Amino acid sequence: MSASARSQTIDISLTVNGRPVQASVEPRLSLLDFLREELDLTGAKKGCNRGECGTCTVLVDGRRVNSCLVLAASASNHEVVTVEGLAKDGELHPVQQAFIEADALQCGFCTSGQIISAVACIEEGHAGSTEEIREWMSGNLCRCSCYPQIAEAVEMAARRMEADNA
Amino acid sequence: MHNFVYERANSADNAMDLGHRDGAAILAGGTELLNWMRIGIESPDLLVDIRDLGHLDRIEEIEGGLRIGALCRLNDVACHPAIKRDFPVLSSAILQSASAQLRNLATIGGNPLQRVRCPYFREETVNACNKRHAGSGCAAYEGHNERMAIFGWTPECVAVQPSDPAVAFAALDAVVIVQSTDGTRRIPMREFHVLPDEDPSAHSVLGRGELITGIEISTPAPHSAYLKVRERQSYEYALVSAAVTLDLDGETIRNARIALGSVAMRPWRLLATEDLLVGKRLGSKDIAEAVDAGFAEARALSGNAYKITLARNAALRAIELASEN
Repeated sequence: MSASARSQTIDISLTVNGRPVQASVEPRLSLLDFLREELDLTGAKKGCNRGECGTCTVLVDGRRVNSCLVLAASASNHEVVTVEGLAKDGELHPVQQAFIEADALQCGFCTSGQIISAVACIEEGHAGSTEEIREWMSGNLCRCSCYPQIAEAVEMAARRMEADNA
Repeated sequence: MHNFVYERANSADNAMDLGHRDGAAILAGGTELLNWMRIGIESPDLLVDIRDLGHLDRIEEIEGGLRIGALCRLNDVACHPAIKRDFPVLSSAILQSASAQLRNLATIGGNPLQRVRCPYFREETVNACNKRHAGSGCAAYEGHNERMAIFGWTPECVAVQPSDPAVAFAALDAVVIVQSTDGTRRIPMREFHVLPDEDPSAHSVLGRGELITGIEISTPAPHSAYLKVRERQSYEYALVSAAVTLDLDGETIRNARIALGSVAMRPWRLLATEDLLVGKRLGSKDIAEAVDAGFAEARALSGNAYKITLARNAALRAIELASEN
Protein backbone atom coordinates (compact mmCIF):
# COMPACT_ATOMS: atom_id res chain seq x y z
CA MET A 1 0.00 0.00 0.00
CA SER A 2 1.30 3.43 -0.87
CA ALA A 3 1.80 6.12 1.76
CA SER A 4 -0.91 8.21 0.12
CA ALA A 5 -3.42 5.35 0.52
CA ARG A 6 -2.80 5.31 4.27
CA SER A 7 -3.28 9.01 4.64
CA GLN A 8 -6.09 9.90 2.24
CA THR A 9 -9.25 11.27 3.76
CA ILE A 10 -12.19 12.39 1.71
CA ASP A 11 -14.50 15.24 2.55
CA ILE A 12 -18.08 14.21 2.03
CA SER A 13 -21.30 16.12 2.21
CA LEU A 14 -24.66 14.36 2.20
CA THR A 15 -28.15 14.47 3.65
CA VAL A 16 -29.12 11.88 6.25
CA ASN A 17 -32.75 11.73 7.36
CA GLY A 18 -33.24 15.26 6.12
CA ARG A 19 -30.26 16.72 7.94
CA PRO A 20 -27.13 17.95 6.15
CA VAL A 21 -24.02 16.04 7.24
CA GLN A 22 -20.40 16.82 6.52
CA ALA A 23 -17.51 14.55 7.42
CA SER A 24 -14.02 13.50 6.53
CA VAL A 25 -13.73 9.75 5.92
CA GLU A 26 -11.27 7.02 4.98
CA PRO A 27 -11.86 5.73 1.42
CA ARG A 28 -12.62 2.20 2.63
CA LEU A 29 -15.37 3.22 5.08
CA SER A 30 -18.72 1.79 4.02
CA LEU A 31 -21.88 3.87 4.19
CA LEU A 32 -23.15 1.33 6.75
CA ASP A 33 -20.16 1.81 9.06
CA PHE A 34 -20.37 5.57 8.58
CA LEU A 35 -24.03 5.61 9.66
CA ARG A 36 -23.49 3.29 12.63
CA GLU A 37 -20.08 4.35 13.92
CA GLU A 38 -19.84 8.04 12.99
CA LEU A 39 -23.47 9.15 13.13
CA ASP A 40 -24.67 6.72 15.81
CA LEU A 41 -27.57 5.63 13.59
CA THR A 42 -27.57 1.96 14.53
CA GLY A 43 -30.92 1.08 12.95
CA ALA A 44 -29.27 -0.31 9.84
CA LYS A 45 -27.62 -3.53 11.05
CA LYS A 46 -24.36 -5.18 10.05
CA GLY A 47 -25.36 -8.76 9.35
CA CYS A 48 -23.29 -10.42 6.63
CA ASN A 49 -21.38 -7.33 5.41
CA ARG A 50 -21.48 -8.96 1.93
CA GLY A 51 -24.78 -7.77 0.46
CA GLU A 52 -26.44 -11.11 1.15
CA CYS A 53 -28.82 -10.54 4.08
CA GLY A 54 -30.40 -7.11 3.47
CA THR A 55 -30.45 -5.99 7.10
CA CYS A 56 -28.31 -2.94 6.20
CA THR A 57 -30.87 -1.70 3.63
CA VAL A 58 -31.27 2.10 3.47
CA LEU A 59 -32.73 4.49 0.91
CA VAL A 60 -30.30 6.48 -1.23
CA ASP A 61 -32.08 9.11 -3.31
CA GLY A 62 -35.30 7.24 -2.53
CA ARG A 63 -34.07 3.83 -3.75
CA ARG A 64 -33.32 0.88 -1.48
CA VAL A 65 -29.71 -0.30 -1.49
CA ASN A 66 -27.44 -2.46 0.67
CA SER A 67 -25.43 0.14 2.60
CA CYS A 68 -22.60 -2.36 3.21
CA LEU A 69 -21.90 -2.28 -0.54
CA VAL A 70 -21.75 1.50 -0.84
CA LEU A 71 -18.66 3.48 0.13
CA ALA A 72 -19.35 6.52 2.29
CA ALA A 73 -17.23 8.43 -0.25
CA SER A 74 -19.60 7.37 -3.05
CA ALA A 75 -22.61 8.57 -1.06
CA SER A 76 -21.39 12.16 -1.08
CA ASN A 77 -23.94 14.54 -2.62
CA HIS A 78 -26.73 12.00 -2.14
CA GLU A 79 -29.76 11.77 0.20
CA VAL A 80 -29.84 8.88 2.66
CA VAL A 81 -32.83 7.76 4.70
CA THR A 82 -32.53 5.15 7.46
CA VAL A 83 -35.21 3.57 9.62
CA GLU A 84 -34.64 6.37 12.14
CA GLY A 85 -35.90 8.85 9.54
CA LEU A 86 -39.30 7.26 8.87
CA ALA A 87 -41.43 8.40 11.80
CA LYS A 88 -42.76 11.95 11.43
CA ASP A 89 -43.81 14.19 14.35
CA GLY A 90 -43.88 11.26 16.75
CA GLU A 91 -46.14 9.23 14.44
CA LEU A 92 -44.88 5.89 13.22
CA HIS A 93 -44.68 5.34 9.46
CA PRO A 94 -47.60 3.15 8.28
CA VAL A 95 -45.13 0.35 7.54
CA GLN A 96 -43.76 0.47 11.09
CA GLN A 97 -47.29 0.42 12.52
CA ALA A 98 -48.24 -2.52 10.31
CA PHE A 99 -45.17 -4.51 11.42
CA ILE A 100 -46.34 -4.14 15.02
CA GLU A 101 -49.94 -5.06 14.26
CA ALA A 102 -49.05 -8.05 12.09
CA ASP A 103 -46.49 -9.26 14.66
CA ALA A 104 -43.94 -9.30 11.82
CA LEU A 105 -40.83 -9.84 13.90
CA GLN A 106 -39.31 -12.12 16.48
CA CYS A 107 -35.68 -11.29 17.32
CA GLY A 108 -35.87 -8.01 15.37
CA PHE A 109 -32.37 -8.04 13.89
CA CYS A 110 -33.63 -7.94 10.30
CA THR A 111 -36.55 -5.60 11.04
CA SER A 112 -35.00 -2.22 10.22
CA GLY A 113 -33.91 -3.55 6.83
CA GLN A 114 -37.28 -5.20 6.27
CA ILE A 115 -39.13 -1.97 7.04
CA ILE A 116 -36.96 0.23 4.81
CA SER A 117 -37.19 -2.34 2.04
CA ALA A 118 -40.97 -2.53 2.47
CA VAL A 119 -41.30 1.27 2.22
CA ALA A 120 -39.45 1.11 -1.12
CA CYS A 121 -41.34 -1.99 -2.28
CA ILE A 122 -44.67 -0.17 -1.82
CA GLU A 123 -43.35 3.04 -3.39
CA GLU A 124 -42.10 1.07 -6.44
CA GLY A 125 -45.57 -0.44 -6.90
CA HIS A 126 -44.45 -3.98 -6.15
CA ALA A 127 -46.92 -4.68 -3.34
CA GLY A 128 -49.90 -5.70 -5.48
CA SER A 129 -50.22 -9.25 -4.14
CA THR A 130 -48.67 -11.52 -1.52
CA GLU A 131 -46.76 -13.31 -4.27
CA GLU A 132 -45.37 -10.06 -5.67
CA ILE A 133 -44.42 -8.85 -2.18
CA ARG A 134 -42.58 -12.08 -1.41
CA GLU A 135 -40.62 -11.80 -4.67
CA TRP A 136 -39.69 -8.14 -4.25
CA MET A 137 -38.87 -8.55 -0.53
CA SER A 138 -36.65 -11.59 -1.13
CA GLY A 139 -33.46 -9.58 -0.59
CA ASN A 140 -34.25 -9.31 3.13
CA LEU A 141 -33.61 -12.53 5.01
CA CYS A 142 -35.33 -13.36 8.30
CA ARG A 143 -33.73 -16.24 10.15
CA CYS A 144 -36.70 -16.40 12.53
CA SER A 145 -38.69 -17.05 9.36
CA CYS A 146 -41.42 -14.48 9.96
CA TYR A 147 -42.03 -14.29 6.24
CA PRO A 148 -45.83 -14.81 6.30
CA GLN A 149 -46.26 -12.04 8.88
CA ILE A 150 -43.81 -9.74 7.07
CA ALA A 151 -45.69 -10.17 3.78
CA GLU A 152 -48.95 -9.53 5.65
CA ALA A 153 -47.54 -6.34 7.21
CA VAL A 154 -46.35 -5.03 3.85
CA GLU A 155 -49.73 -5.74 2.30
CA MET A 156 -51.57 -4.10 5.23
CA ALA A 157 -49.43 -0.97 4.98
CA ALA A 158 -49.75 -0.83 1.19
CA ARG A 159 -53.56 -0.99 1.31
CA ARG A 160 -53.74 1.69 4.04
CA MET A 161 -51.35 3.98 2.15
CA GLU A 162 -53.39 3.53 -1.04
CA ALA A 163 -56.56 4.40 0.87
CA ASP A 164 -54.90 7.49 2.38
CA ASN A 165 -53.76 8.65 -1.05
CA ALA A 166 -57.12 7.98 -2.72
CA MET B 1 -10.20 -4.37 3.75
CA HIS B 2 -6.88 -2.77 2.72
CA ASN B 3 -7.10 0.94 2.33
CA PHE B 4 -6.76 2.56 -1.06
CA VAL B 5 -6.89 5.90 -2.81
CA TYR B 6 -10.34 6.92 -4.03
CA GLU B 7 -10.84 9.08 -7.11
CA ARG B 8 -14.02 10.07 -8.91
CA ALA B 9 -13.53 10.11 -12.67
CA ASN B 10 -15.02 13.20 -14.31
CA SER B 11 -14.94 11.85 -17.90
CA ALA B 12 -14.54 8.54 -19.74
CA ASP B 13 -11.04 9.63 -20.81
CA ASN B 14 -10.18 10.42 -17.21
CA ALA B 15 -11.52 6.99 -16.11
CA MET B 16 -9.45 5.15 -18.74
CA ASP B 17 -6.37 7.15 -17.87
CA LEU B 18 -6.71 6.49 -14.12
CA GLY B 19 -7.85 2.90 -14.71
CA HIS B 20 -4.70 2.13 -16.66
CA ARG B 21 -2.46 2.82 -13.67
CA ASP B 22 -0.81 -0.02 -11.77
CA GLY B 23 -3.08 -1.37 -9.07
CA ALA B 24 -6.16 0.54 -10.26
CA ALA B 25 -9.69 -0.86 -10.34
CA ILE B 26 -12.87 0.66 -11.72
CA LEU B 27 -15.76 1.03 -9.25
CA ALA B 28 -19.29 1.10 -10.70
CA GLY B 29 -22.10 -0.53 -8.67
CA GLY B 30 -19.62 -2.02 -6.21
CA THR B 31 -21.70 -5.11 -5.44
CA GLU B 32 -18.86 -7.44 -6.48
CA LEU B 33 -15.68 -5.39 -6.15
CA LEU B 34 -16.14 -4.45 -2.50
CA ASN B 35 -16.69 -8.10 -1.58
CA TRP B 36 -13.58 -9.19 -3.54
CA MET B 37 -11.62 -6.65 -1.51
CA ARG B 38 -13.05 -7.98 1.77
CA ILE B 39 -12.33 -11.61 0.86
CA GLY B 40 -8.88 -10.80 -0.53
CA ILE B 41 -9.58 -11.69 -4.16
CA GLU B 42 -8.52 -8.18 -5.17
CA SER B 43 -6.59 -5.50 -3.29
CA PRO B 44 -6.42 -2.43 -5.51
CA ASP B 45 -4.37 0.62 -4.49
CA LEU B 46 -6.63 2.98 -6.43
CA LEU B 47 -10.40 2.86 -6.89
CA VAL B 48 -11.72 4.90 -9.79
CA ASP B 49 -15.40 5.63 -9.13
CA ILE B 50 -17.19 6.20 -12.46
CA ARG B 51 -20.62 7.06 -11.01
CA ASP B 52 -20.49 10.62 -12.32
CA LEU B 53 -20.22 9.60 -16.02
CA GLY B 54 -23.85 10.50 -16.70
CA HIS B 55 -23.64 9.80 -20.43
CA LEU B 56 -23.21 6.08 -19.63
CA ASP B 57 -26.47 6.03 -17.66
CA ARG B 58 -28.91 6.01 -20.60
CA ILE B 59 -30.70 3.60 -22.89
CA GLU B 60 -30.58 4.96 -26.44
CA GLU B 61 -32.12 3.87 -29.71
CA ILE B 62 -29.55 3.05 -32.36
CA GLU B 63 -29.97 1.82 -35.94
CA GLY B 64 -32.18 -1.27 -35.56
CA GLY B 65 -31.77 -1.71 -31.82
CA LEU B 66 -30.76 -0.29 -28.45
CA ARG B 67 -27.55 0.73 -26.78
CA ILE B 68 -27.70 0.24 -23.01
CA GLY B 69 -25.23 2.49 -21.22
CA ALA B 70 -22.87 0.57 -18.94
CA LEU B 71 -23.93 2.45 -15.81
CA CYS B 72 -27.65 1.73 -16.17
CA ARG B 73 -28.82 -0.01 -13.00
CA LEU B 74 -30.19 -3.50 -13.47
CA ASN B 75 -33.72 -2.61 -12.32
CA ASP B 76 -33.86 0.35 -14.71
CA VAL B 77 -32.92 -1.85 -17.67
CA ALA B 78 -35.41 -4.58 -16.74
CA CYS B 79 -38.28 -2.09 -16.33
CA HIS B 80 -37.55 0.00 -19.45
CA PRO B 81 -40.64 -0.12 -21.73
CA ALA B 82 -38.70 -0.98 -24.93
CA ILE B 83 -36.75 -3.76 -23.19
CA LYS B 84 -39.94 -5.25 -21.69
CA ARG B 85 -41.72 -5.10 -25.04
CA ASP B 86 -38.98 -6.15 -27.47
CA PHE B 87 -36.54 -8.14 -25.33
CA PRO B 88 -38.54 -9.99 -22.64
CA VAL B 89 -35.73 -12.55 -22.30
CA LEU B 90 -33.44 -9.80 -21.00
CA SER B 91 -36.00 -8.19 -18.71
CA SER B 92 -36.84 -11.57 -17.22
CA ALA B 93 -33.19 -12.61 -16.77
CA ILE B 94 -32.45 -9.38 -14.92
CA LEU B 95 -35.49 -9.59 -12.63
CA GLN B 96 -34.50 -13.14 -11.66
CA SER B 97 -31.02 -11.89 -10.68
CA ALA B 98 -29.98 -10.99 -7.14
CA SER B 99 -32.47 -8.93 -5.07
CA ALA B 100 -34.38 -5.68 -5.53
CA GLN B 101 -31.84 -3.65 -3.53
CA LEU B 102 -28.81 -5.22 -5.23
CA ARG B 103 -30.37 -4.52 -8.63
CA ASN B 104 -30.62 -0.83 -7.62
CA LEU B 105 -26.82 -0.77 -7.20
CA ALA B 106 -25.50 -3.25 -9.75
CA THR B 107 -24.88 -1.94 -13.27
CA ILE B 108 -25.50 -3.68 -16.59
CA GLY B 109 -21.88 -3.13 -17.63
CA GLY B 110 -20.49 -4.53 -14.40
CA ASN B 111 -22.80 -7.54 -14.22
CA PRO B 112 -20.99 -9.73 -16.81
CA LEU B 113 -17.77 -9.05 -14.89
CA GLN B 114 -18.99 -10.88 -11.81
CA ARG B 115 -16.71 -13.76 -10.99
CA VAL B 116 -17.37 -17.42 -10.44
CA ARG B 117 -19.31 -18.52 -7.34
CA CYS B 118 -17.11 -21.60 -6.90
CA PRO B 119 -16.69 -22.03 -3.11
CA TYR B 120 -12.97 -22.73 -3.51
CA PHE B 121 -12.56 -19.43 -5.38
CA ARG B 122 -14.60 -17.44 -2.83
CA GLU B 123 -13.07 -18.99 0.30
CA GLU B 124 -11.06 -16.65 2.52
CA THR B 125 -8.56 -19.44 3.27
CA VAL B 126 -6.12 -20.67 0.62
CA ASN B 127 -7.31 -23.42 -1.72
CA ALA B 128 -6.12 -24.90 -4.97
CA CYS B 129 -7.80 -22.56 -7.44
CA ASN B 130 -6.25 -21.45 -10.70
CA LYS B 131 -8.49 -18.38 -10.74
CA ARG B 132 -7.21 -17.29 -7.30
CA HIS B 133 -3.59 -18.39 -7.71
CA ALA B 134 -2.63 -19.37 -11.27
CA GLY B 135 -0.94 -22.76 -11.31
CA SER B 136 -2.32 -23.91 -7.94
CA GLY B 137 -4.80 -26.39 -9.48
CA CYS B 138 -8.55 -26.89 -9.14
CA ALA B 139 -9.89 -28.23 -5.85
CA ALA B 140 -13.40 -28.43 -7.29
CA TYR B 141 -12.46 -30.90 -10.04
CA GLU B 142 -12.40 -33.78 -7.55
CA GLY B 143 -14.11 -31.90 -4.72
CA HIS B 144 -17.55 -30.32 -4.32
CA ASN B 145 -18.54 -29.92 -7.96
CA GLU B 146 -22.32 -30.37 -7.80
CA ARG B 147 -22.92 -26.87 -9.21
CA MET B 148 -20.01 -26.84 -11.65
CA ALA B 149 -19.72 -27.07 -15.43
CA ILE B 150 -21.05 -29.67 -17.85
CA PHE B 151 -19.65 -27.99 -20.97
CA GLY B 152 -16.18 -26.72 -21.87
CA TRP B 153 -14.44 -27.51 -18.57
CA THR B 154 -10.93 -28.84 -18.09
CA PRO B 155 -9.34 -30.37 -14.96
CA GLU B 156 -7.73 -26.93 -14.47
CA CYS B 157 -11.08 -25.18 -13.91
CA VAL B 158 -14.65 -26.49 -13.71
CA ALA B 159 -16.36 -23.28 -12.54
CA VAL B 160 -19.33 -21.63 -14.25
CA GLN B 161 -20.04 -17.99 -15.09
CA PRO B 162 -22.98 -16.99 -12.86
CA SER B 163 -24.44 -13.92 -14.64
CA ASP B 164 -28.09 -14.21 -15.70
CA PRO B 165 -28.17 -11.12 -17.97
CA ALA B 166 -25.07 -12.36 -19.85
CA VAL B 167 -27.00 -15.51 -20.85
CA ALA B 168 -29.84 -13.42 -22.27
CA PHE B 169 -27.32 -11.17 -24.02
CA ALA B 170 -25.58 -14.22 -25.54
CA ALA B 171 -28.90 -15.46 -26.94
CA LEU B 172 -29.55 -11.97 -28.34
CA ASP B 173 -26.10 -11.80 -30.00
CA ALA B 174 -25.41 -8.66 -27.97
CA VAL B 175 -22.16 -6.75 -28.40
CA VAL B 176 -20.12 -5.33 -25.51
CA ILE B 177 -18.65 -1.91 -26.32
CA VAL B 178 -15.24 -1.47 -24.72
CA GLN B 179 -13.12 1.67 -24.76
CA SER B 180 -9.50 2.22 -23.88
CA THR B 181 -6.85 4.79 -24.71
CA ASP B 182 -6.15 2.61 -27.80
CA GLY B 183 -9.69 3.07 -29.14
CA THR B 184 -12.95 1.09 -29.17
CA ARG B 185 -13.43 -2.69 -29.31
CA ARG B 186 -16.73 -4.43 -30.04
CA ILE B 187 -16.83 -7.84 -28.36
CA PRO B 188 -19.74 -10.27 -28.87
CA MET B 189 -21.07 -11.35 -25.47
CA ARG B 190 -20.65 -14.94 -26.64
CA GLU B 191 -16.89 -14.37 -26.72
CA PHE B 192 -16.56 -12.09 -23.71
CA HIS B 193 -15.74 -14.79 -21.15
CA VAL B 194 -12.72 -17.07 -21.37
CA LEU B 195 -13.01 -20.87 -21.36
CA PRO B 196 -10.44 -22.76 -19.29
CA ASP B 197 -8.88 -24.56 -22.27
CA GLU B 198 -7.68 -21.12 -23.31
CA ASP B 199 -6.74 -19.83 -19.85
CA PRO B 200 -8.04 -21.40 -16.60
CA SER B 201 -7.00 -18.32 -14.60
CA ALA B 202 -8.93 -15.83 -16.76
CA HIS B 203 -12.41 -14.43 -16.22
CA SER B 204 -13.06 -12.29 -19.29
CA VAL B 205 -11.19 -10.82 -22.24
CA LEU B 206 -11.29 -7.33 -20.70
CA GLY B 207 -7.78 -5.88 -20.34
CA ARG B 208 -6.28 -3.37 -17.93
CA GLY B 209 -7.45 0.17 -18.57
CA GLU B 210 -10.38 -1.00 -20.67
CA LEU B 211 -13.79 0.39 -19.80
CA ILE B 212 -17.11 -1.16 -20.77
CA THR B 213 -19.20 1.77 -21.97
CA GLY B 214 -22.31 -0.05 -23.15
CA ILE B 215 -23.99 -3.16 -24.49
CA GLU B 216 -25.81 -3.17 -27.84
CA ILE B 217 -28.75 -5.38 -28.75
CA SER B 218 -30.26 -5.34 -32.20
CA THR B 219 -33.13 -7.36 -33.65
CA PRO B 220 -36.16 -7.29 -31.32
CA ALA B 221 -37.01 -10.72 -29.93
CA PRO B 222 -40.62 -10.60 -28.70
CA HIS B 223 -40.86 -14.41 -28.72
CA SER B 224 -38.18 -14.93 -26.11
CA ALA B 225 -37.94 -16.24 -22.56
CA TYR B 226 -35.55 -16.91 -19.70
CA LEU B 227 -36.01 -19.91 -17.45
CA LYS B 228 -33.94 -20.08 -14.27
CA VAL B 229 -33.84 -23.26 -12.21
CA ARG B 230 -32.66 -22.83 -8.62
CA GLU B 231 -32.98 -24.28 -5.14
CA ARG B 232 -34.95 -21.29 -3.83
CA GLN B 233 -37.71 -19.54 -5.73
CA SER B 234 -36.02 -16.15 -5.49
CA TYR B 235 -32.70 -14.50 -4.66
CA GLU B 236 -30.51 -17.46 -5.56
CA TYR B 237 -27.95 -18.34 -8.21
CA ALA B 238 -29.01 -20.71 -10.97
CA LEU B 239 -28.35 -24.43 -11.02
CA VAL B 240 -29.00 -24.07 -14.74
CA SER B 241 -30.79 -21.49 -16.85
CA ALA B 242 -31.90 -21.22 -20.45
CA ALA B 243 -32.43 -18.17 -22.66
CA VAL B 244 -34.34 -18.71 -25.90
CA THR B 245 -35.34 -16.41 -28.74
CA LEU B 246 -37.58 -17.64 -31.54
CA ASP B 247 -38.41 -16.24 -34.95
CA LEU B 248 -41.71 -17.88 -35.83
CA ASP B 249 -43.78 -18.36 -38.96
CA GLY B 250 -47.05 -19.46 -37.43
CA GLU B 251 -46.19 -22.72 -35.65
CA THR B 252 -42.93 -23.18 -37.56
CA ILE B 253 -39.53 -22.09 -36.28
CA ARG B 254 -37.73 -19.88 -38.79
CA ASN B 255 -34.77 -19.29 -36.51
CA ALA B 256 -33.91 -20.09 -32.88
CA ARG B 257 -31.13 -19.00 -30.55
CA ILE B 258 -30.54 -20.83 -27.29
CA ALA B 259 -28.00 -19.99 -24.58
CA LEU B 260 -27.60 -21.96 -21.37
CA GLY B 261 -26.39 -20.40 -18.12
CA SER B 262 -24.40 -21.82 -15.20
CA VAL B 263 -23.26 -24.78 -17.32
CA ALA B 264 -19.89 -23.43 -18.50
CA MET B 265 -17.42 -20.60 -17.97
CA ARG B 266 -19.40 -18.63 -20.54
CA PRO B 267 -23.03 -18.56 -21.67
CA TRP B 268 -23.26 -21.74 -23.75
CA ARG B 269 -25.00 -21.51 -27.12
CA LEU B 270 -26.55 -24.75 -28.39
CA LEU B 271 -25.51 -24.17 -32.01
CA ALA B 272 -26.19 -27.73 -33.20
CA THR B 273 -29.70 -27.46 -31.74
CA GLU B 274 -30.28 -24.09 -33.34
CA ASP B 275 -29.36 -25.49 -36.79
CA LEU B 276 -31.68 -28.45 -36.39
CA LEU B 277 -34.62 -26.34 -35.18
CA VAL B 278 -34.90 -24.39 -38.44
CA GLY B 279 -38.16 -25.36 -40.17
CA LYS B 280 -39.41 -27.52 -37.28
CA ARG B 281 -42.93 -27.26 -35.90
CA LEU B 282 -43.52 -26.22 -32.30
CA GLY B 283 -44.74 -29.11 -30.20
CA SER B 284 -43.36 -31.79 -32.51
CA LYS B 285 -40.96 -34.51 -31.37
CA ASP B 286 -38.31 -32.92 -33.60
CA ILE B 287 -37.81 -30.26 -30.93
CA ALA B 288 -36.54 -32.70 -28.29
CA GLU B 289 -34.33 -34.43 -30.84
CA ALA B 290 -32.79 -31.10 -31.78
CA VAL B 291 -32.16 -30.19 -28.13
CA ASP B 292 -30.57 -33.59 -27.48
CA ALA B 293 -28.15 -32.98 -30.36
CA GLY B 294 -26.90 -29.87 -28.57
CA PHE B 295 -26.03 -31.98 -25.53
CA ALA B 296 -23.81 -34.42 -27.44
CA GLU B 297 -20.72 -32.67 -26.08
CA ALA B 298 -21.95 -32.35 -22.47
CA ARG B 299 -19.68 -34.09 -19.92
CA ALA B 300 -20.54 -34.58 -16.26
CA LEU B 301 -18.15 -34.24 -13.33
CA SER B 302 -18.26 -36.68 -10.40
CA GLY B 303 -21.18 -34.89 -8.72
CA ASN B 304 -23.22 -33.09 -11.35
CA ALA B 305 -24.67 -35.57 -13.87
CA TYR B 306 -28.11 -34.28 -12.83
CA LYS B 307 -27.29 -30.93 -14.45
CA ILE B 308 -27.24 -32.50 -17.93
CA THR B 309 -30.84 -33.71 -17.54
CA LEU B 310 -31.88 -30.49 -15.83
CA ALA B 311 -30.35 -28.24 -18.50
CA ARG B 312 -31.80 -30.31 -21.33
CA ASN B 313 -35.29 -30.10 -19.83
CA ALA B 314 -34.85 -26.38 -19.06
CA ALA B 315 -33.97 -25.73 -22.71
CA LEU B 316 -37.08 -27.61 -23.87
CA ARG B 317 -39.32 -25.75 -21.44
CA ALA B 318 -37.78 -22.38 -22.35
CA ILE B 319 -38.56 -23.02 -26.03
CA GLU B 320 -42.21 -23.51 -25.04
CA LEU B 321 -42.18 -20.36 -22.89
CA ALA B 322 -40.63 -18.29 -25.69
CA SER B 323 -43.30 -19.46 -28.15
CA GLU B 324 -46.02 -18.41 -25.69
CA ASN B 325 -44.63 -14.87 -25.29
